[in-house]
Amino acid sequence: MIEVTGLGKRFGDVQAIEGVSFVAPKGRITGLLGPNGAGKSTTLRILATVLQADHGEVRIDGVDALKDPLEARRRIGVLPHGSSVYGNMTARENIAYYAALQGLTGAAAEARIDRVIGQLYLEQIADRRARGFSQGQHIRVSLARCMVHDPSILILDEPTNGLDVLTTRALRHVILERRDAGCCVLFSSHVMQEVAALCDQIVIISRGHVAVTGTAHDIRIATGKDDLEDAFLAAVDLEDSD
Amino acid sequence: MNGFLVVLQKELLEGTREWRALATTLLVAPLVGPFLFVGITAFTMHQAIDDVAAAIEIPAVGAERAPNLVAHLRQSLIDVDAEAFADQGDQTARHEALREAVRSGEVEVGIVVAEDFAEALAAGQAARVWVVADSSSNRARPETNRVRTALGAWSATVGGIRLQLRGIHPTVGAPLAVLRDDVSTPSRRAYLLLGIVGYFVLFAVLIGGSQIAVDITAGERERGSLEPLLAMPIRRETLVLAKVLATLVVMTASLAITVISFAVAVQFLPLGELGMTANFGVVEAAQMFLLVFPFAALAAALMVAAASLTRSFREAQTYTSIAMIAPTLPVVFAALRPMQDSVPLMLVPALSQHLLLSDVLRAEALDPLHIVTSVASTAAVAAMLVWLTVRRFRSEKLIL
Repeated sequence: MIEVTGLGKRFGDVQAIEGVSFVAPKGRITGLLGPNGAGKSTTLRILATVLQADHGEVRIDGVDALKDPLEARRRIGVLPHGSSVYGNMTARENIAYYAALQGLTGAAAEARIDRVIGQLYLEQIADRRARGFSQGQHIRVSLARCMVHDPSILILDEPTNGLDVLTTRALRHVILERRDAGCCVLFSSHVMQEVAALCDQIVIISRGHVAVTGTAHDIRIATGKDDLEDAFLAAVDLEDSD
Repeated sequence: MNGFLVVLQKELLEGTREWRALATTLLVAPLVGPFLFVGITAFTMHQAIDDVAAAIEIPAVGAERAPNLVAHLRQSLIDVDAEAFADQGDQTARHEALREAVRSGEVEVGIVVAEDFAEALAAGQAARVWVVADSSSNRARPETNRVRTALGAWSATVGGIRLQLRGIHPTVGAPLAVLRDDVSTPSRRAYLLLGIVGYFVLFAVLIGGSQIAVDITAGERERGSLEPLLAMPIRRETLVLAKVLATLVVMTASLAITVISFAVAVQFLPLGELGMTANFGVVEAAQMFLLVFPFAALAAALMVAAASLTRSFREAQTYTSIAMIAPTLPVVFAALRPMQDSVPLMLVPALSQHLLLSDVLRAEALDPLHIVTSVASTAAVAAMLVWLTVRRFRSEKLIL
């Protein structure tokens, strides 16, 4: 479970996020939705412990992520936006590197590596160097390596950007499978349909603030719009009119 | 396996996968460099040997007026071409023709015997001989010096005979006897030639690891693999130390190749023919390796620090190029203004290694205090650079 309370972060003159609070429970898929530049990535990077918040609190399964980032990192699998794998290493080596960094060794590591390779349909390309991989193959290897230690929390920043249908479908399978296994999945997107189709709960973020939180149904009611896209725009507008 | 070894192993694995780049950095400068240096040095040395030993021929205008002088020059292995410019007409025109030939580089050096040479000589006066040469030409210098020395020797001989004819002892005309007392040992003389070896070794170390240092810092960041790595449960200091050590491994390989390559290449230098001894055997090679190793640690820390400060691969290459020159500046300074080893100088990394290497090459005893000071100061600077890099890695600026 992720608990975020009153998170704020400023870059120079720009207040990237302010007072961001939400809870992403385990066994649920939480979608972080918002237009470009709303503060989704900043929020997720703080949760991933690669950025430091100016103020606020982040609890990862009860662990204070700001005070004990190492412990928090053992519990999360992070797929940062625009991240890539090592081109000179094979898919398997890339995954094995992260497994080793997460402290997995020997037969247990091998078993975990084989399992994520299967989960992300990487068998065919597992022993090929990543240099020539397609965008979709890249994302699948990135996702496999961040899940290799079986984290209870998955944080995915715009994972579906630029993916073909097949990879999107594989990704969706994995997200649903993880949720059913009791994981907490948090992912960001600016594509309404995919959030609506996948998420149990939606957090709409706009201009660094949380505009609305709830299920798709809750949001339709709160904004008085039947269509989720209209609801999204209404929620963003609501925030803008402040 | 702990995080440090995991990262170190992965960086080295990835480094060796880029074998083309690795081979270039490890083979070009460290392996080929010493042979190239020795080849050029050997060539110039052979020339120096040849210059002293070989007979030369110089054009002379008016040589027919000074048969004894010409005979003396021939004894000094300087052949005189008396027919040169004979078709140019009178003395003045032939003199001018010789000057033009020297100016154009066609002839290195020539002499002109004055028209009144025989008369002046007979009258016991100073007979004039011009040495026509271009003092701005380095190539002509050895030959010009030989001609001047031979002329001077003849002048002294004839002067001595004149004094004796007048019943005066020749030493009356030579109140000063300037004697040569060269205290240099054969190893010291060789060091003049091999002094650049130290500079080269330090440079080879820096060059050897610059590629991998950029790859694993700015390169990792630019390719987008740094951010997910920072979300791994590994301390930033562990990460930095592993990256510095990976760089150090490559630099150590570069150092070893350079030293071995020099040790082999130096055996081809004709030092013995010039009365020099190359103090460069297995023991000296091992000493060089051990003395420079602390500098490799500093260089690794420096390269990683410089590359971490940057946002892109290209920028990192610029930074590391500058960082590569900085440590070698004291060495250049030392080469221009030779200095004696002392404890304060041992506090300066690079310079201290250079001076210690000089001692090894000159076959002089190494002062243990100097070695300890050099190692300690170099290690201290390296530690400071690692600390700066750790700070950089802890700062979120690294990924913004």
